[in-house]
Amino acid sequence: MSKNDIKVALIGNPNTGKTSLFNQLTGLNQKVGNYPGVTVDKKEGFSKLSSTQNAVITDLPGTYSINPTSIDESIVLKTLLKKDIKESPDVILVVADVENLKRNLLLFSQIKDLEIPTVLAINMVDQMNRKGITIDLSLLKKQLNTEVVLISARKNEGINDVKAAIIRCHVAAKASPLCGIDHKIDPDYFTKLKEISSNYSLYELWLMVTQNNFPETVTRDEKEKLLAFKQDVSKLKKYQHKETIYRYQEINKILKKTYIIDKSKATDLRGKLDKVFTHKIFGYVFFIFLLLVIFQSIFDWASLPMDLIDGTFAEISDFAKSNLPKGVLTDLLAEGIIPGIGGVLIFIPQIAILFLFIAVLEETGYMSRVVFLMDKIMRRFGMNGKSIIPLISGTACAIPAIMATRTISSWKERLITILVTPFTTCSARLPVYAILISLIIPDKKIFGFLNLQGFVLLSLYALGFATAVLAAYILHKTLKIKSKSFFVVEMPNYKLPSIKNVFFEVVEKTKSFVLEAGKIILALSIILWFLASNGPSSFENVEKNTIQNSAYQNLSEKELQQKIASAKLENSYIGILGKTIEPSIKPLGYDWKIGIALITSFAAREVFVGTLATIYSVEAENENTATIKQKMASEINSETGGKRFNFSVGMSLLIFYAFAMQCMATLAIVKRETKTWKWPLIQLFGMGLLAYVCSFITYQILS
Amino acid sequence: MLPKYKSLSTIATLRKGEIGYISEESLGSIPLKLLEMGCLPGAEVELVQMAPLKDPLYICVNGSHLAIREETALKIKILKS
Repeated sequence: MSKNDIKVALIGNPNTGKTSLFNQLTGLNQKVGNYPGVTVDKKEGFSKLSSTQNAVITDLPGTYSINPTSIDESIVLKTLLKKDIKESPDVILVVADVENLKRNLLLFSQIKDLEIPTVLAINMVDQMNRKGITIDLSLLKKQLNTEVVLISARKNEGINDVKAAIIRCHVAAKASPLCGIDHKIDPDYFTKLKEISSNYSLYELWLMVTQNNFPETVTRDEKEKLLAFKQDVSKLKKYQHKETIYRYQEINKILKKTYIIDKSKATDLRGKLDKVFTHKIFGYVFFIFLLLVIFQSIFDWASLPMDLIDGTFAEISDFAKSNLPKGVLTDLLAEGIIPGIGGVLIFIPQIAILFLFIAVLEETGYMSRVVFLMDKIMRRFGMNGKSIIPLISGTACAIPAIMATRTISSWKERLITILVTPFTTCSARLPVYAILISLIIPDKKIFGFLNLQGFVLLSLYALGFATAVLAAYILHKTLKIKSKSFFVVEMPNYKLPSIKNVFFEVVEKTKSFVLEAGKIILALSIILWFLASNGPSSFENVEKNTIQNSAYQNLSEKELQQKIASAKLENSYIGILGKTIEPSIKPLGYDWKIGIALITSFAAREVFVGTLATIYSVEAENENTATIKQKMASEINSETGGKRFNFSVGMSLLIFYAFAMQCMATLAIVKRETKTWKWPLIQLFGMGLLAYVCSFITYQILS
Repeated sequence: MLPKYKSLSTIATLRKGEIGYISEESLGSIPLKLLEMGCLPGAEVELVQMAPLKDPLYICVNGSHLAIREETALKIKILKS
């Protein structure tokens, strides 16, 4: 970014096509960063306004007003109140929906009063004819005293006009308030407020008082005086109400002269569709049907690319092993780093496909209907209608799901949603479930049509969801957190999803998974590799001893190598660790080998399969599930003489993986979102205890 | 001008498809956020749809289509025509 670039902040109500405009203005020149101190993603993009002028555009979260009710929205206020030359915007671009201009202008009027140069882009003007709307643009410009542009962001119409308006607005640097709030409500009060500082507009001072948000530039003296205005809370509240009414009165005056809507021409698609989608019975039936279709498609579509990724990384690893000089670095690369990266990328197909569906549902406006349908049910369990989105996303990966809780305004409801989301069956549990089910559940049909293995898998998904809901209920009853629960959701017009928006959304969510989870999974893979390939002093002799073992003298070279690998693992640090925890996991039916797999699962649960493959010395080149499965099936429990992975141990493991919090990356995200280690630790030990107790009961009953 | 009213009640008592007008006296009890979204005194409000057990309620007011909880709806007094 160069000094001369115009800093533009993009603001608008949700569902006004703000994202479309951002995508049109910036194209692929986007990056997602973090706002300092808070966890909300900061989306920035670079736009060429003219041959000589560029702009950096910040896409602020959608909001109906500057007064925030969620973490997302508080960013808007924070950004706008900043007086830092580097960060405060030069021009604010407000996007408004032509159909609901009145309400959209409320936010515009607040922003205008901050006395920052502002451009108003009225979007979706291609709908004007259909909706019977006419606008007197030149009069509207005059009345609003600002640049006004008519655009249709999805059709890429009017984008150049927006760019030109930003430049004109920046050059003119005209910034006057729209609704001077001072003389309409309580002139004396507001005059006194204004006298506190001349560095800020009256509305800025008013916002600092009402929102208790003071930028760093405010002096101690100013802050003290401002705080004095906060004494009378009921008065503040009353004046905020009056302010809003006054703003609407002014907006109505302006629109009366400039905006005509002929309601007889409007077609009511929303009304017709909502009769079905929000219906007491059909609404739920459709939602459940939709969920089934989504999950079916995820399984169908993701398996091929997943196999491809799996195979490719196995080949790269082999290639590295056989072509690089032998040594620790090659081992690290071939056995630590490459499988680590593969272990991250393998999840991308499932995650991307699920977020594709979620993005489409959000783009069409259907997701708001689901929130409406689910709110009452979720509230019983201490959550919010909006919690349904994280819970569905959690079936791909808990990380983006937990980040999606930011729209929930009540802290208690948000916290509960964060805490229970990891119970939903994420994609890392799937490989573990798949191999265990194929081992212990016979492949036959029940009731003549239902595949028993598929049925068990479905039951595990149901178990995850039911546990999440139940845990939420317990938290709801035990957590003593006072937080105001306020709920209002807009039911936007239905529209066809924009491919561009959906694409960007999927890329962004997938990226957040790869970056957030990726670095932790990779780091842990390397640590685990180190622990598995090194051991205390006697470790050096393992290879020699194995070769000299008389029982192994008749083995082929290959078989001997496998025995060595297996013996090495047993004597490595991780093997010792597995043996140390063996007494504590014995009541669950596990031995030290499974213990090792439990420990390595902390990188990502699916590592369980790979670890067992190594322990049972499956040929590395041939690491497909069939061979691992055979090895697991033939593994003997040395104490009983029976199979190690019998029904009771298998069930016990399934239950353990369903409940235990075995994901470092999720714990890290929970720490980030809740800003303390308290909650992730409660998750780790709470879920761990639940897993232990339930697996114990399962094993003891079944064996 | 508002039409003549018959009875005073809240949004929560509206039947599906029924229309009311937000009364001036509930100004203090309407949450600021709803006010900002167009739930203004004097505005026409229609109950479009309700979830099971009448909660949440799907209303249309001042061109905004909103879902609100029953507890909020109970705070907003209306006049039925």
